[in-house]
Amino acid sequence: MHILPFVVVAWILAVGLYGVVTSRHLVHQIVCLIVVQSSTYVLLLAVGYVTGAVAPYFYDIPVHTPAVDPVVQALALTDVVVEAAVTALLLAFAIQAHKRFGTLDPQELADFKG
Amino acid sequence: MTPSARRWAFLIAGAGLVAFYLWGLTGLPGFGDYPGPYGFILNQVAVGQTKATAVVSAINFEYRGFDTVGEEFILFVAAAGVSVVLRHLRGERDRSAMDEALGRGAAPTSDAVRMVALVFTGPTVVIGWYLATHAQTSPSGGFQGGVVLATAFILIYLSGQFLMFKRVSPVALADAAEAVGAGGFALVGLSALPLSMPYLSNVLPLGHTPGAIDSSGTIALISLFVGVEVAAAFVLIVGELLEQTLLVRQEGG
Repeated sequence: MHILPFVVVAWILAVGLYGVVTSRHLVHQIVCLIVVQSSTYVLLLAVGYVTGAVAPYFYDIPVHTPAVDPVVQALALTDVVVEAAVTALLLAFAIQAHKRFGTLDPQELADFKG
Repeated sequence: MTPSARRWAFLIAGAGLVAFYLWGLTGLPGFGDYPGPYGFILNQVAVGQTKATAVVSAINFEYRGFDTVGEEFILFVAAAGVSVVLRHLRGERDRSAMDEALGRGAAPTSDAVRMVALVFTGPTVVIGWYLATHAQTSPSGGFQGGVVLATAFILIYLSGQFLMFKRVSPVALADAAEAVGAGGFALVGLSALPLSMPYLSNVLPLGHTPGAIDSSGTIALISLFVGVEVAAAFVLIVGELLEQTLLVRQEGG
């Protein structure tokens, strides 16, 4: 059993989480969150992969050609869209945090709340 | 919590996560051994049922079209959310960067950047439009095409200046396009109801040649609406974020 893709998933998730935990800058932290989410793309595509199969597009190949699972690919598309939306909102919050408190360090921002 | 305490908490929790992940991994089918049957069944029947040769698009806009309505409105709400979060607050006013740095002119856009942006704007529009209108044929669709179309506007921003970006993508027009895209998708779904069919049924003629431009009925139409919505949403989000560079908090405001 090949487990390399699943090890890659765990590694991307781990470095992303480590970045989120240790980040000293909100924008950096948001980028780390994107890295965390990227692990889900690899996981989704790895789960649906079939050895030797083609992409599920039958424009110029016969319908019965073995193809990989199209459902997880559709889910990965949803994943990307949600990530873009979440990232845009988080960046907007980061701008407002900087305007309000004059810093983007999560540690200093936590001190402001008291 | 101090940074070192937080790191320790992460390492302990991370060890637990790794243990659970490895345990879960032993229950997964190996890489390359997807057992089906759901994806395989769709691969077999989708082309015949929808006349779309792109099974991923058929899933997104037909088999789980209702989920995609929700997905599209996530983006719609996010664009609205960015506008609300970044609205002009009391005490803020527009000020250009020149006011902030007297005697230090902004560096002009280099000719190389301007040239590249100029060369790529046209092809980017064509590619975006192609992607948004060929969801039924090839790996494409409204989400991908919409993002590429929005990139064309960002190239205009890069090549010229913010004011030009505002002129080619007025907020009112982008707002309207976003509403048309999101509402169009919902209305295509509703159009099945008077024919006493379930929401988002494929009511349009499917065409004869699978993957042709006139095939797949509502899949192609929904993809087009999604493309308009996504392009408008990204233009709005990017415009809002860029506008912040003109906004500064007034002293003592």
